[in-house]
Amino acid sequence: MAVVTPAAHAASSEEDKELLISGSEAVAEALALADLDVVTAYPIRPYDTVMQAIAKKISGGQLVAEYIVAEGEHSQFEIVKHASTVGARVFCGSSGVGWMYAMECLVVTPPLRVPMVCLVGNRALDDPGAFGVEHNDALVVRDVGWMLCWVDTSQEALDTTLIAYRVAEDRRVFLPLAISADGAFLTHSQALTMVPPKAKVDRYLPRYDRGDLLLHPDNPITVAPQANEDWVIEIRRQNNEAMARAVTVIEEAYADFRRVFGRGPENPWFEEYMADDADVILVGMGTISLSLKVAIREMRAKGKKVGLVRLRWFRPFPTEKLVAALSRANAIGIIDRDYSFGSPFGSGVVANEIRAALYNSERRPPLVSFICGLGGREVTLEDVYKATDMCYAAAAAGKSDSKTHWLGVRE
Amino acid sequence: MAETTTFTNATQILEPFRGVKRVTIEEYFTSGHRTCQGCESALVMKLMVKASGPRTIVLGSTGCMYVANTTYYTTPWVVPWMHTQLGSSGSAALGTAAGLKALMRKGKMKSESINVIAFCGDGGGADMGLGAISATLTHKEYNSLILLYDNESYANTDIQLSGMTPFGANTTFSPPGKAIRNIHTRWKKNMAGLMAAGHPECRYVATVCASYAVEMMNKVRRALTIGGPTFIHSLDPCPKGWDYDPMLSHELGELAIETGIFPLYEVEDGQVKYYGKTKAIVEGRARKPVREYLLKQGRFAHFTEEDLAYFQAKVDEQWEKWEIPAVVPFRRLDATRAALSAK
Repeated sequence: MAVVTPAAHAASSEEDKELLISGSEAVAEALALADLDVVTAYPIRPYDTVMQAIAKKISGGQLVAEYIVAEGEHSQFEIVKHASTVGARVFCGSSGVGWMYAMECLVVTPPLRVPMVCLVGNRALDDPGAFGVEHNDALVVRDVGWMLCWVDTSQEALDTTLIAYRVAEDRRVFLPLAISADGAFLTHSQALTMVPPKAKVDRYLPRYDRGDLLLHPDNPITVAPQANEDWVIEIRRQNNEAMARAVTVIEEAYADFRRVFGRGPENPWFEEYMADDADVILVGMGTISLSLKVAIREMRAKGKKVGLVRLRWFRPFPTEKLVAALSRANAIGIIDRDYSFGSPFGSGVVANEIRAALYNSERRPPLVSFICGLGGREVTLEDVYKATDMCYAAAAAGKSDSKTHWLGVRE
Repeated sequence: MAETTTFTNATQILEPFRGVKRVTIEEYFTSGHRTCQGCESALVMKLMVKASGPRTIVLGSTGCMYVANTTYYTTPWVVPWMHTQLGSSGSAALGTAAGLKALMRKGKMKSESINVIAFCGDGGGADMGLGAISATLTHKEYNSLILLYDNESYANTDIQLSGMTPFGANTTFSPPGKAIRNIHTRWKKNMAGLMAAGHPECRYVATVCASYAVEMMNKVRRALTIGGPTFIHSLDPCPKGWDYDPMLSHELGELAIETGIFPLYEVEDGQVKYYGKTKAIVEGRARKPVREYLLKQGRFAHFTEEDLAYFQAKVDEQWEKWEIPAVVPFRRLDATRAALSAK
């Protein structure tokens, strides 16, 4: 439940109001402000808290939208896909195996150039049934044309939702975008969040204009006719170029967000925490930043110069900027909250992406790969200290081992 | 008690065509496709949009009416058309209708009646997409028509059996062999009856056959007039999948009805109305023997007298034992029947 704090008495339509809300509720606030047209719900924990919040907004009259409870995730994503093609602004989402159940529909949205925005409440994949966070669900779409980002706080969830529509619906991009939020740790955890007024959002977010791709009797086009070796590679190339153009569009969207709302990061791609002068930089995505930041402060107090890079955007991947930020350290520790069995070095997805990104770098610090916190297991300060010590050892040796270290696991 | 609980969402009246000479001359499905000679499903597509007119959006799920109709750089569709996934005809209809409704009621798009028609084959509709179609038929606020073109196999992928393939038919997944003559022993789903009985708020379900083109178009027009989600099941003879001379498509459609294998009817607001030769059968005309229909098709060439007798008995059963002949396969207990008639 949203709790209105004393700061929320803002009378002016130009002032933010401050609410104590969860990450899911923050996304729902943004959706109401974005004047969403069609939303489809299907229950699976933990993402479904956003649909509960939207349902309340609709029954309470704060949002006018077609609200459809689907009969499964496959339909859930297909319904909004089709609504988007006739010009509706749409929202959807899922978690874990629910996201996997929709997989066919997830792969068709990028080539159809459907700018749907989704929330993935990150959840471990079955089996066994587990509610806790892992990033493997959202990461499965990393190769097929989805933009993917991770948020860390309710505020970031709200702001990123507005930014997401701005980016996805930009005609230069027209690609789907998934906002990932760690299950329970963010979807269900409340924090004070500044909710902007509608007037500001209207200045920031233009209407969705499907343009010449609109499916309408006045624009009788044929969408997605069958193509084979004669055209498919060109269609893939167009997707690739749209993803490449998204880099500029994302930077513009953040700059404009700062101008209109007076907050938001200078660097959209990743958050740097005490990383400027760091000997060892730890890298992670999502709410793992909390354990990392606390541990870093403790270690800094003892004279260890450790920093954090929290990756926000995974697709498009900020290769050059990330390499510039990481290559100045003496060692890098990548903490994956995911796995990729049988991958190079048995590393998680993020570690191997960063290894690849660093390959052409003139300076390649030793990179130590960790897997931690799977299934929502707590990432302890001890885990972080242990990882940091291994990074220092790699820095001293000038090279890292080619193993992947599992932290906090029963051996 | 309220006088009626029927929810109405009608936005237009499409009057029936009074005879073939009154049918509009404009075509909205024209050249540009590469369907087989004698393809009845292509005719169904043509009649479907001829009936609905130019203010129509068509969604086509994967199947032969996708692959054979729409090859990149050519299209037979004069109206806007979009592909949807194999099991997604229900979701495509619902999503498109919901998008239009949202934009119109929020003033973001000119308010008008736009027909939303999603089609699916028997594989996409009665097998994979059944759940999504079922869900869509419960969303009464959104106007759409789902048309299932049933050529009784996965005809696009090499003629594999579906849940709608008739008993015993030879398909690439059910080839007759020395050890097993009939691999496929399941009876075909009663799709229109299933949709009508299972979705009491769906106001219109009908069966059609393009051998009776004007009736077929008028059922499409009725479905689009009554509003809400609606469903039409079309039986489409398929020369490739059924293995017959392409010139016989029309005749096989007629025989399917005359033998009583496929009934022509509509269920509007729960009332069953039989059509054409099906109506004549209900009123007492003799059904033609099923062998007249089956033995014209290569897919049943391996049938023995025993198979023909079994097939005939199953068809007899749907006419003689079903509570609503050829529509609803329930039977009341004799005691219930007696009690009801005693009242």
